[in-house]
Amino acid sequence: MAVIFDFAVQGAQMLMVLLLAPLLTGLVRKVKARLLRRRGPPLIQPYRDLARLLRKEVVLADNASWLFRVIPYVVFAATWVAAALVPTFQSGLLFSWSADLIAIIALLGSARFFLALAGLDVGTSFGGIGSSREMMIASLAEPAMLMTVFTLALIAGSTQLSTVAAFMTSNEVGLRVSLGLALFALTMVAIAENARIPVDNPATHLELTMVHEAMVLEYSGRHLALIDLSSELKLLLYVSLIGCVFLPWGMAPSGASVQALAIGFAAYLVKLAIGAFLLAVFETAIAKMRVFRVPEFLGAALMLGLLATLFLFVSRSL
Amino acid sequence: MRGLSFDVAHLLAGGLVLVSFMQLYQDRLSALLNMFALHALVLTLSVAWQAYIQDAPHLYVTALIALVFKAIVIPIALHRIIVRLGIHREIDKVVGVGATMLLGMGLVALSMVVMLRVTADADPLAREDLAFALAVVLLGLLMMVTRRNAVSQVVGFMSIENGLVLAATGAKGMPLVVEISIAFSVLIAFIVIGIFLFRIRERFDTVDVQALDRFRGERS
Repeated sequence: MAVIFDFAVQGAQMLMVLLLAPLLTGLVRKVKARLLRRRGPPLIQPYRDLARLLRKEVVLADNASWLFRVIPYVVFAATWVAAALVPTFQSGLLFSWSADLIAIIALLGSARFFLALAGLDVGTSFGGIGSSREMMIASLAEPAMLMTVFTLALIAGSTQLSTVAAFMTSNEVGLRVSLGLALFALTMVAIAENARIPVDNPATHLELTMVHEAMVLEYSGRHLALIDLSSELKLLLYVSLIGCVFLPWGMAPSGASVQALAIGFAAYLVKLAIGAFLLAVFETAIAKMRVFRVPEFLGAALMLGLLATLFLFVSRSL
Repeated sequence: MRGLSFDVAHLLAGGLVLVSFMQLYQDRLSALLNMFALHALVLTLSVAWQAYIQDAPHLYVTALIALVFKAIVIPIALHRIIVRLGIHREIDKVVGVGATMLLGMGLVALSMVVMLRVTADADPLAREDLAFALAVVLLGLLMMVTRRNAVSQVVGFMSIENGLVLAATGAKGMPLVVEISIAFSVLIAFIVIGIFLFRIRERFDTVDVQALDRFRGERS
């Protein structure tokens, strides 16, 4: 019986991230529009876009290979698995032994690799530009992300997300400058990885400024729907990752009652709403930077991660 | 109590190193001066916290000197100087930000390795403060080396002094007379540098120190 319940909770989490991801994107767009004194599309607009795209016919380029057709499914599957592994409303789920930070980074990294291949596959110049820029950003963002993971792992003694979250709620954490630096570094990496403003503009189709949109320019129909859904899932993943590691309060422990689960779920929704609101405010307040400034931005993230590890080393060795 | 007092001291001293990095990252002069004021403010907090946990009232005087002179008087005066020289929008860089950051990380790691090894049997608080202070001093030197503009070099010089104050407070404070005389010598150095800046400007129409090298006939 307990096993069935655990399975049900794990399944509920997988479905929940899938269902909430478009809503989060819709919320960010809505808040941004309201901040610019526009009315903005309704919150459910991303669902409508996805439904419409799923009904549309797929238009393929003549020289597209089989890889081009397979990649949307690969990217979607990898991102969905990664997003479902991050603890959201309950830590210690059935599959959380595999919810390792490094595994999640690897899943996202392979999804990005395939997407960059897809950008190159048709052989248009836009796709190539998008892929090369995406790889440039990725090669800088991933070391920064790994430094953050090292910091967390050194503090909590594990790279397993459930363990990290449990450690963060306990009193052993104390006041640590390294944690603050890691939070900043992770936020900067999340902004870069999700192709948000200062690094990339998710709302534009102006060829000089786009990175992610340039890569997926050749996709249409259900393929485009899957790719859009994966990028929405990725945004949800990063918001829940930051919430799970740095604001783990309200999360239900493993084997909790239904009531605790409900509280955890409500807390998770609040965290998502706060994350979306802050992201929208940040994006409205800041201008997009030139592509050649991105290495400096991510270099600063890498520097923060490195500094966090060094500080931790000092306070440990005393 | 030991846990919390150590953690706050660690937080503030680490914050000082972080602000040093932010100084290295800024390439606009007026933003750099704001960072310098922040640097002095963090130093003030750090020294005041040391005064509180070491129960050493004379350190409060040190904190006050840091607050008044380095966080308020000198940044405002430098702001006025760069506005009068008309260089407050200027961008100033020799080495790229990425390379400077990497060099800076190397220096921080170096100072930690050196200081933690040398001060093995000291008080943990003093050890940590000394390691961070050496890092701040080295970062100030790096700032002086990588900038061409004389104003940024002045900021680098002042942040070296901030690092020295941090080291002194960590090691159970220095005598108040020494502290006051250092503060005044820095102020006088600042005045001399200010006059010097105007003299360079009068003669060469720029505060880029490479102009001096060219004038001496060196290869720039």
